[in-house]
Amino acid sequence: MANERQFCTFTLGDGFFGVEVEKVQEVLRYQDMTFVPLAPAEVTGLINLRGQIVTALELRRRLDLPERDEGVRPMNIVIRTDDGALSLLVDQIGDVLLVDPETFEEPPETLEAKVRELVTGVCKLEDRLLLLLDVDKAVEVGAPAEEARESAYAG
Amino acid sequence: MDEEMREVIEEFLVESHENLDQLDQDFVALERDPDDRDVLASVFRTIHTIKGTSGFLGFTKLEALTHVGESLLSRLRDGDLRLTAESTTALLAMVDAVRAMLASIEAEGHDGEFQYDAIIDLLTDLNAAEAVERALEPEPEPEPEPEPETPMLGEVLVESGQVTEEEVAEAVSEQAEGDPRHVGEILVEKGTVEPAQVLEALHAQAEKAGPGVADSSIRVDVGLLDKLMNLVGELVLSRNQVLQYATNLNDAAFVANSQRLNLITTELQEGVMKTRMQPIGNVWNKLPRVVRDLAQACGKHVALEMEGRDTELDKTVLEAIKDPLTHLVRNSVDHGIEAPEDRAEAGKPEEGRLLLRAYHESGLVNIEIIDDGAGIDVDKVRAKAIERGIINNDQAARMGDREVMNLIFQPGFSTAAKVTNVSGRGVGMDVVKTNIEKIGGTVDVQSRVGEGTTLKIKIPLTLAIIPALIVGHGEARYAIPQVSLLELVRLESEQAKKSIERIQGAPVYRLRGKLLPLVYLREALGEHAEDAQSHNDAVSIVVLQADEQQFGLVVERVDDTAEIVVKPLGKQLKGIPVFAGATIMGDGHVALILDVMGVAQRSKILSELHDKGLGAGEADAAARRKDGQTMLLVDAAGGRRIAVPLGAVARLEQFETSKLEWAGSQQVVQYTGELLPILSVASLLGFGAPESSDPIEVVVVWQGDRQVGLHVAEILDIVEDVELGRGTSTNPGIVGSVVIQDKVTDVLDMRAVVAAVDPSLLTDSRFEEARV
Repeated sequence: MANERQFCTFTLGDGFFGVEVEKVQEVLRYQDMTFVPLAPAEVTGLINLRGQIVTALELRRRLDLPERDEGVRPMNIVIRTDDGALSLLVDQIGDVLLVDPETFEEPPETLEAKVRELVTGVCKLEDRLLLLLDVDKAVEVGAPAEEARESAYAG
Repeated sequence: MDEEMREVIEEFLVESHENLDQLDQDFVALERDPDDRDVLASVFRTIHTIKGTSGFLGFTKLEALTHVGESLLSRLRDGDLRLTAESTTALLAMVDAVRAMLASIEAEGHDGEFQYDAIIDLLTDLNAAEAVERALEPEPEPEPEPEPETPMLGEVLVESGQVTEEEVAEAVSEQAEGDPRHVGEILVEKGTVEPAQVLEALHAQAEKAGPGVADSSIRVDVGLLDKLMNLVGELVLSRNQVLQYATNLNDAAFVANSQRLNLITTELQEGVMKTRMQPIGNVWNKLPRVVRDLAQACGKHVALEMEGRDTELDKTVLEAIKDPLTHLVRNSVDHGIEAPEDRAEAGKPEEGRLLLRAYHESGLVNIEIIDDGAGIDVDKVRAKAIERGIINNDQAARMGDREVMNLIFQPGFSTAAKVTNVSGRGVGMDVVKTNIEKIGGTVDVQSRVGEGTTLKIKIPLTLAIIPALIVGHGEARYAIPQVSLLELVRLESEQAKKSIERIQGAPVYRLRGKLLPLVYLREALGEHAEDAQSHNDAVSIVVLQADEQQFGLVVERVDDTAEIVVKPLGKQLKGIPVFAGATIMGDGHVALILDVMGVAQRSKILSELHDKGLGAGEADAAARRKDGQTMLLVDAAGGRRIAVPLGAVARLEQFETSKLEWAGSQQVVQYTGELLPILSVASLLGFGAPESSDPIEVVVVWQGDRQVGLHVAEILDIVEDVELGRGTSTNPGIVGSVVIQDKVTDVLDMRAVVAAVDPSLLTDSRFEEARV
């Protein structure tokens, strides 16, 4: 089974997602964050990770999923990117799974648009489906929308 | 190539580059005083060393070239020949060629494919001139390095007042007569001095001689210093945290220890900063050559003077100002200083004066570029700014001369104009300003018509650790770099209500009789202003300087001052103009650093000037703040839009078609004393030629040291923040395509431009001139 690759898994609502283990720097419990005004909605704040400043992205918002219930604290999956480390906020961390990429399939058309955009493949596990997240795309959160800026300005 | 060899070559490269930098200066100095044998000898030694080592390492081309150069230099050194402008140019060209080969050795491991026959021939010709009596040139020996001067023991003793000069002279003469003993021994024997005094003097003597430079300094990799700097930054943060913890803990021993940690950290921080400090002379070293070449090309006489070349700056800052500085100096020579005949007419000496001055002032480094040229005519600037739509008549009437003068830094002021000798300042002053502002600096211009222009740059000493004021509201804390801080005004609640007045909704405060526009921090951060105004608490006004404008930032709380370590924001947050970065506070939380310029722009304190000029309002201004390349947009032919990186653009010109001439297969124009190759962008890209017009529009671009003219149909616009990389093109001459103003635009590949120019024309044009 030389082709098998490891995926770090996590949940978001009902969804079960995975990212390649090589891209994951570490997994952390909830961390205090500094809110960034005027930032894109997906950016929840900045975390001090042992002296390194890491931007935290709310993956639920990135995927257009409903907001997390109040009082439920998210977990951090710290990802390595070309631009330094970055944290993805998720609900629960799962196991690291060995998966054969051969068994991947294209994500079905019926998935929500945003989810479909960021999921590269679906893997049929025995009991459930694993959605593979395209990390590079997921961290692509641009400048805040012009409208949001303008309205913020007017306020 | 094995490891050992590579090391040898690397050392050779480092050494040679250093020596070559010195050469440029030496040559320029020689041109003023061609008989300075010492300088000639030093130039000779450098070339000799390069020749020797390159021969040993097997770089035959490099050896061949330096060999002819060396021969010429040896004759110059011996006084057989006199250094002329012609031979200087040839030798400088040789230095350039050596540089090119060194670059190729560094990149590819060999001295390149290019043949430097033209230079070799030229050098040989020069060497052959009047070489009647010396047909065979003996291989010259390198001169021995002079011994470092060590004071004699006798001198030391006399200096300390223990013996008289006569006594020493007596002892020395005894020595000369055959006494084998040392001077000290003779003096002790005579009872003139005590042995202990001699011992002391010997120590003093050893100290004065000092260790050689080679012993007291080592080469250190800049990467290592950067790493140390980062670590010290982290240490400063930890120190801050420990100190805060210590104050809360009330443990005397711990407090004492943390105080000690505090002191050591501060000293370490200063020490590491010092290792990164370099004299500004390192950057200035390149300028005499730049000035010389450009002055010669423009047919001007310019004397470059430098003051304060020992002024030290952090290496990163130094790197960052290198290009803007060169640009400004170029501008001063090109446009500031007039041609000799004009100067004579104006009653000034024919030789123009260009003074560079650097000095420290209140934690900042000031750099001034002063010329005694034609100066900038404020009225013309005003007229042009109105014409270009940068300001309207109303604003123009209200603006002071100084403000108007600074309009030359506005994007679109000089660039998009068709070259125009109106104010004269060339392309890219806005780019200069942007680059200087990026490192937290400011640039200011003052000028008097007929008397000259002074450009004043102020930059911080270092970028890594900066003092900041911490302000905030609620839980939020923000750091304001103290560079822009002018003063703090605290208003108690009653006072706050009374003294913050509104002019058509815009809050202002009367600061010593002058109206200070106010910005509420909450508003600047997009929060609702009502929150801030509703409670009657005291507020503080942080008076800040942004550009030429002062404004007050109204904050609810001023916490403290702190040394902060600036950390960059991730790319997801780069687009927010009001933040310059983030830092970690003593308690471990992250705080955002405010970008004072950004706050001012967002709050429209500066916007009247900055945004409306562009005519496109906020969207454009927002786009401008993002990173990206600035492009000159042209119509190549028949409406085909092409973008040219603005960084490469030197000037925009119009040439009468009658001026176009042919040199070989290349169309050229005589331009500032050189042949400017003219390429049609349309034919370069293979879609025909631009419609014939008279005059033709030409974009002059830099190619290394030389210029190439790009013939286009029309110059359209300047666009900021163009993100490249939207799919590479297979079309030669095109780097890729981008969408600019909703239209697909191809980006010109500057390398294709070089390839298209007849290479002989580029490399030889100078020699043609040199021979004339």
